[in-house]
Amino acid sequence: MTQEVALFVTCLVDLMRPRIGFAAIRALEAAGCDVVVPEGQTCCGQPALNSGDRAHAVALAKQTIAALEPYDAVVVPSGSCAGTIRCHYPEIFAGDAAWLPRAQAVADKTWEIMAYLDQVRGWKPQGVTVEAKATYHDSCSGLRELGIKAQPRRLLRGIDGLRFTPMEGEETCCGFGGTFCVKYPAISNAIVGEKADAIDATGADLLLAGDLGCLMNMAGKLHRKGSKVRAYHAIELIAGMGDGPAIGEEG
Amino acid sequence: MSAFTASFKERADAALADPILKIAVERTAGTAEAKRGIAVAAFPNFEAARTRAAAIKDHVIAHLGAYLEQFEAQAIAAGAKVHWASTADEACRIVIDICKATGARSVARSKSMLGEEIGLPHALAEAGIGRVETDLAEHIIQLADERPSHIIWPAMHKTREQVSALFKAKHRLPHQEETIAAMAESARRELRTQMLGADVGISGANFLIADTGAVCTVTNEGNAELSLVPPRVHIVTAGIEKIVPSMPHAIHMLRMLARSATGAALTQYTTFYTGPKRAGDRDGPEEMHIVLVDNGRTKMREEGLAEMLRCIRCGACMNHCVVFRQIGGHAYGGTYPGPMGAVLTPVLDGLPQSRDLAHACTLNGKCQEVCPVRIPLPTLLKGWREKSWREGLEPTSMRWGLGIWAWVATRPRLYRLGTGFAVRAMQMLGKRGWIGALPLAGGWTRHRDMPKPAPQTFMAQYRKAQRK
Repeated sequence: MTQEVALFVTCLVDLMRPRIGFAAIRALEAAGCDVVVPEGQTCCGQPALNSGDRAHAVALAKQTIAALEPYDAVVVPSGSCAGTIRCHYPEIFAGDAAWLPRAQAVADKTWEIMAYLDQVRGWKPQGVTVEAKATYHDSCSGLRELGIKAQPRRLLRGIDGLRFTPMEGEETCCGFGGTFCVKYPAISNAIVGEKADAIDATGADLLLAGDLGCLMNMAGKLHRKGSKVRAYHAIELIAGMGDGPAIGEEG
Repeated sequence: MSAFTASFKERADAALADPILKIAVERTAGTAEAKRGIAVAAFPNFEAARTRAAAIKDHVIAHLGAYLEQFEAQAIAAGAKVHWASTADEACRIVIDICKATGARSVARSKSMLGEEIGLPHALAEAGIGRVETDLAEHIIQLADERPSHIIWPAMHKTREQVSALFKAKHRLPHQEETIAAMAESARRELRTQMLGADVGISGANFLIADTGAVCTVTNEGNAELSLVPPRVHIVTAGIEKIVPSMPHAIHMLRMLARSATGAALTQYTTFYTGPKRAGDRDGPEEMHIVLVDNGRTKMREEGLAEMLRCIRCGACMNHCVVFRQIGGHAYGGTYPGPMGAVLTPVLDGLPQSRDLAHACTLNGKCQEVCPVRIPLPTLLKGWREKSWREGLEPTSMRWGLGIWAWVATRPRLYRLGTGFAVRAMQMLGKRGWIGALPLAGGWTRHRDMPKPAPQTFMAQYRKAQRK
């Protein structure tokens, strides 16, 4: 069955690494979806929500709901933004009789991309080869709000040549935490410093994860400490775009 | 550094700069994390047990008045005297009055976070009453003239080397050895004589049993029994939320508490005290007083923090918290550290003094994942952030920054214009693929590089591709 799938790009992907958005489209089309990128989207409002700024969080949530509700499904290349729409939108509008049903309807059809490809579409990458050793970081919101753990690993196992080496504390927060990393840079640095050491200790060539925020944090620390580990959003490899520049490489 | 006058940021920076603290915290919290993991894996259906534990506490909190009245009636029937304190000061005054009426010169205190919360050590000193802390870690803290840095291991921030040096300086019988056995022997010599000579024993309560009026304490050192049974008077200070309906409920909570705290199946000593010494009893205090303390708890129930009243003070949230693991407990500045402390401190000290604690969290959800009573700690912390925003306590830079960004983000066409400009501007800052110093994001680039964005946003590239 062909489905009209709205891609919610996320503000970080839009601004910092458009490749992830194109990789998402490629994988979704390979899985038989009709992909639409709705014009009205900007950001899901998570930064405002997590900062306590409810009025702006509500305004951005309403805009996002209106942009996404016409489609069969909504797919997001980020566990944290997908978690905001799925888990927190219904909370935001809990007392709003007009918006709650709309928020709930969008929440119910919103998926993190790897969960969608694996769980909903039962799809696997075909004919993709990446000769490398990779380690995977489980980003917190995806892991704990949406239960994303096995899905990316199953998809990545469909890639020929890719071997895995788990890092110590793969479920431990990298210290990004949205605005946390700029509010408490020293604490965030201490946390990501340990994370970078754990990544380096695996001897992996590649660091993979499903959230660009976490990836930018870890890759930025790895680069600062002179590590050779290259970082990608997992969907880039899954979509067969693993031969492009890694995060922070000129391409 | 004065731990309680500096700002959270200053305390955290000092903690980060202390390599010994990091080792000490990692030793204890790391071990606790590993042991809890093993204990939980061996527990048949731990998830269902957590749900039941949360339900027990929710039921009690919803019917708090009725259970407290039942507890009071049963405790009085067992011969105890029950006192009610709505504030910390009132609780301390009640305890001091009992001590004075007893003619007490010294008290033996068994570790209690509520005692710390109400400032009892300070109040006793002001009243000129000598105090011996009978819990080994609290004893260390007392010698060092510090406050606890953890609710289970008050001295977790100290290494055994530091404790050995402290004992050598402060204990009456100096020892020259640094072995754990020698240190334990030294503490035993020091504490036992003082414990046995105390006029009053003061403890907290892990649980109050409504249908029998019993008070339950758990310790790993047996110090509660030693310090509460010999004195003539036993005073219990307990938060009103410590109540459970009956013994089977207490047993369920005990199973959750020990595993979550230390990974042990049970704590070494678990004792239920029901009233003072009765006719024919060979030992026990002549008087037992129970001081039931509110100190903001009723208000928590009314202000959307009822779930926090489930807390059984196991410390799992802090042991598993990435932030706590980096900065330890003193940086939090209040009686209770870690995620649970970040929720409780604004209740006790006021939000204006402690608003930054709610932000000292990456919202990674690990604390909620390990909480034995399923407290939604990240949600409660976000609640404080919202209140702080509403009340205008957030810094102006944050309010303006987010405000401008949100104003633009709710206007998609303007947003596209702005983001297009932003990525082009960032092109000029970078060297190869990375930006080493980004204006307005010094917090980021001080410690790590920022990947340079693509020259065009996704939306611009996508639209261009669609037009072709």
